[in-house]
Amino acid sequence: MGMTIAEKILARASRRNRVSAGDLVTVGVDTIVLFDNNFMPSIWQDVLKIDDPARIVVVLDHRAPAPTIQSAGAHCTARKFVEKFNIARFHDIGGTQGICHQIVADYGYARPGTVLVCSDSHTCSAGAFNCVARGVGGPDVMYAAAKGETWFRVGGTVRYELSGTLKRGVTAKDVFLRIAGTWGDHATQNVEFGGAGLKGLGINARKTLATMGAELSCEFATFEGDAMLADYFRSIGVDDVDMVMPDRDADYSELRQIDLSLLSPLIARPDSVLRNSCPVEEVAGIHIDQAFIGSCANGTLDDLALAAEVLRGRKVARNTRLIVTPASQQVYREAVREGIVGTLAEAGAVITNSTCGACGGGHMGVLGPDETCITASTRNFKGRMGAPSARIYMASPATVAASAITGKITHPAEFLE
Amino acid sequence: MKLSARIWKFPDDINTDLILPNRAFYLTPEEQARFVFSANRPGWVDLVQPGDILVGGRNFGMGSSRPAARSLKKLRLGCLLADSINGLFFRNAVNFGFPALECREVSASFEEGDIAEVSFDDFTVSNRRTGRVLKAIALPQALKRIMEAGGLFPLLEAEGYLAPKAVTARA
Repeated sequence: MGMTIAEKILARASRRNRVSAGDLVTVGVDTIVLFDNNFMPSIWQDVLKIDDPARIVVVLDHRAPAPTIQSAGAHCTARKFVEKFNIARFHDIGGTQGICHQIVADYGYARPGTVLVCSDSHTCSAGAFNCVARGVGGPDVMYAAAKGETWFRVGGTVRYELSGTLKRGVTAKDVFLRIAGTWGDHATQNVEFGGAGLKGLGINARKTLATMGAELSCEFATFEGDAMLADYFRSIGVDDVDMVMPDRDADYSELRQIDLSLLSPLIARPDSVLRNSCPVEEVAGIHIDQAFIGSCANGTLDDLALAAEVLRGRKVARNTRLIVTPASQQVYREAVREGIVGTLAEAGAVITNSTCGACGGGHMGVLGPDETCITASTRNFKGRMGAPSARIYMASPATVAASAITGKITHPAEFLE
Repeated sequence: MKLSARIWKFPDDINTDLILPNRAFYLTPEEQARFVFSANRPGWVDLVQPGDILVGGRNFGMGSSRPAARSLKKLRLGCLLADSINGLFFRNAVNFGFPALECREVSASFEEGDIAEVSFDDFTVSNRRTGRVLKAIALPQALKRIMEAGGLFPLLEAEGYLAPKAVTARA
């Protein structure tokens, strides 16, 4: 039997000929991404040695710029750590600021065939770049930084064979909502995306799907490499990439087909994303207090452009607020250059600096008691974005933008001619 | 290691936002533990006793990578038993040194208030009321050693990667 993409990469990283489901492997880690929350416990001041500063990336993102004295303290600890170990890849508040998973995408830190860890659950985002990337814990990343290795339990792999092309106004987020709604969690399993449908899914769309792998509770979410990915790497100055493809006779625990052309806009009802999706029409008309577009899942340039397309020449409804948070300052600048930020601002959206922000209920868009929110971000858990009594619906940026215009949950088709 | 204690039962898909909500992020780990299940079961932290055992359903600890396992450890719970444990939460349980076992039918085999007897030597879980004995998924030795050492921080300190006494002073 052959190996899946994740198995091949894990075999290489653990110096074995092959790995299969059930193995516990120790692997060398190529890239370790640290972010501001890591430095909240002051134990990071006590780190005496690290394996290789060149493998480390430090990003201030979850609460940036700092909204509280405590988060400012974490930023200070991070800066001292960067200085102490002479870490070159540091993304402080400023021009290279952004959500760590978008920074990984913007600067090409995740290379095909490599292993990346970060103690944010959405680290699987980097699977869009044909690598194995996993959210781990705080102690994990310190261990990986210190010793250059970590452990993984190898899971079985579910392969999604994509075909067709998404209809206008239907996005990767809707593909995720279809997967989570139909099949629920993928705990202990890897997810692999491939097939002819990849041709129509841009890098940002792949990143949305890979990021949402965290919500499927999968181990790794990994995309096949292709010409589009090679072009992407060339565009950021990286020529020598070695794509990993699955073996023809790879041993999948399941093979599932998705015809992208058959999908329509979906939405997750509050409190859970698993087996909780329905067509937008089913909940249309529910009043919205806050609409949010941002996060590592939906703060890309494509997401912002789609929202602007829906909102162009229109206004956010009275009694509803729309908050848009670009995933990185680089995305923000591109959105300014392309006129997207202007369109959104004219419509009445508030565009914030890049940060995790409202997605995690940290700052810049915290929900009040009994409010209702529609969000294009990562999670709709109870209490996630603020008050535990708030209700959070989760959908695509197109659906969120359309809902912001009417002030109630709205199918995007009527605003996309 | 053997434990014997009262169990508290929670449903499938318990997420880490419920165990460690964002509004507790800036507090000390001890204070954070006061917020465990404050959204879904307010007042529970006042009822639970040191040594008590948590029984969960499928995919316990789904969601964010936040140090939610540390909050359960700070509540001085004896251990977690669940039908299945989310992969990321399981890593945190191992790496923060909070004992946790996956045991396929544990949720259906216990009523709240039952006494569970758990062995981390042969990975069995028994219900004192019904007499039923379940086999949990054995922890690989390497992970059991990390869990028993109190997690990765003490290991890193012992190996000289962290300053002496860093763990007692700051973890």
